[in-house]
Formats: sequence, C-alpha cells, structure tokens
Amino acid sequence: MTIREVGEKLGLEPLTTVPEKVVTGVYISDMVSDVIANAKAGNVLVTIQVHNNVIAAANLVDVAGIVVTRGRRPADEMLALAGKAGVPVFATAMDTWQVATRLFEAGIR
Amino acid sequence: MTDETLAGPAADEILYRETFHVRGGDFEHGGDVATRVKAVLRELSIDPRLIRRLSIANFEAEMNVIMYADEATLDLVVRSAEIEVAVADRGPGIPDIGLAMQEGWSTATAEMRARGFGAGMGLPNIRRNTDRFAIESTVGRGTTLRYAVSLTA
Repeated sequence: MTIREVGEKLGLEPLTTVPEKVVTGVYISDMVSDVIANAKAGNVLVTIQVHNNVIAAANLVDVAGIVVTRGRRPADEMLALAGKAGVPVFATAMDTWQVATRLFEAGIR
Repeated sequence: MTDETLAGPAADEILYRETFHVRGGDFEHGGDVATRVKAVLRELSIDPRLIRRLSIANFEAEMNVIMYADEATLDLVVRSAEIEVAVADRGPGIPDIGLAMQEGWSTATAEMRARGFGAGMGLPNIRRNTDRFAIESTVGRGTTLRYAVSLTA
C-alpha cells in the first residue's frame, strides 16, 4: 500500500503534495529522539508533534509520511520544510489510537 | 597478516571532508546539518544502513548543540575505512559525563520537552549507532564528541 492510498482510505487531509511511497509499517511517538532512533524507512509516523524538528528527524530516517492527530495544524514553515524534504504530512481530527486502529483495519502491520 | 596490510595505506586516505556550523538556540534549523550530511553521503554512494546510523548520531549531536551550547562545528571526514565526525562546541560543558550517558537522564527545559526532546536518549543514541564514540568536556568551555562508523565491517 502507498502513503497516498493510506491517506485516501483513512480520509486524512493532505497538507502537502503526496508522492507515491510504499508504506512498510507504522511508528507512533511524540518524542523526537524516539522517532529518529526507532522509526523505520517507509513507516507512517503518527504523532501530535508539529515542530519542524520532527520533520527533520522523520526525513533523516526516510518515513513514508506523517499523520498529525487530534486536529493539530503544523505551521506553514513546517509544511514547506516537509514539502521540500518530500515527506507528506496529513491532518486528522482522529486521535492517535483511532488512527492506529484504522491503519490496522487497512491491513498495515 | 597485520592490520596495516589488511587495510592498506588507502584506508587513511581522505575521500571527502567538510565542516558545518551549528548555532546554539537555532531550533528553526534543527536537523539541517544532519540533513546536509546525509545528502553528501548519498552522493558518495554510502550504504543506506550506515547513512541511517550516522544520521541518527548527527541529528542528536546537532540538537544537543542547539539545546545546550552557544555554537559548534561539525567536521565530517570520509575515509575508505570509516566515516568520522567530530562535533566541537563552545558551551557550558557537562559536569558529569557518566550521568549524561545514562539513558533517561536529561536536563531539558519545559520548552525543549514540549518540542519532543528531553527523553534522555541523545548521547546514548549516538553511542548505540556508532562503532567508535568518545566524549570530552570541560565545564565552562565546551564539549567535543568524536564518533565514527566503519565502512569495512
């Protein structure tokens, strides 16, 4: 499944352009050091963090995309950075747990 | 056979060298240097698994400078045998390095924690992801990290 398909299936709101990237799994964290150490290439990162340091960390470990939960909105600069780095960012009103269950239902393990 | 004949003199040859600057307090550009280093290593066709490990170390080192120091240089040296990074900062230094190396120990402020830092994983993440790691610090002057990943293993 690609990150674009994940976004469509879960009804996520794309905040950047969404490239065709294959999703290999999911990582859930709000701690930047945890993201950079443990998120794998191709993972969807589900987080409530909206600081640009998260984008940098996620980009460094090649995540497939970032889902920001609970209706949080990243600043425009953060989105510009993500766009430049080729990391798609989505927003959703769902909380992290709801997103996790929907990703599971979509077949991602 | 000695190590010297195994590795050969070419192992010490510098293939690439660049020095980057990191400004203390510059959260807006946190991760920029690690991202630039990653691009350089990709250009050099380094194994992506090694790039990942070194990127983790570089990001943590860069963020440590941004959070705690005034400024630093990050010196990247690529040799045929290894990639070495030295991060030398001007800053407060670390009074107890043993404590700072302990996972979970952190002096992060509330603002840093709100940004998702302060898990006490920075220095341990650097050590875990590198093949060689050394830290020196003088209180009131600064801290220097040296770490490397091996290209020969």
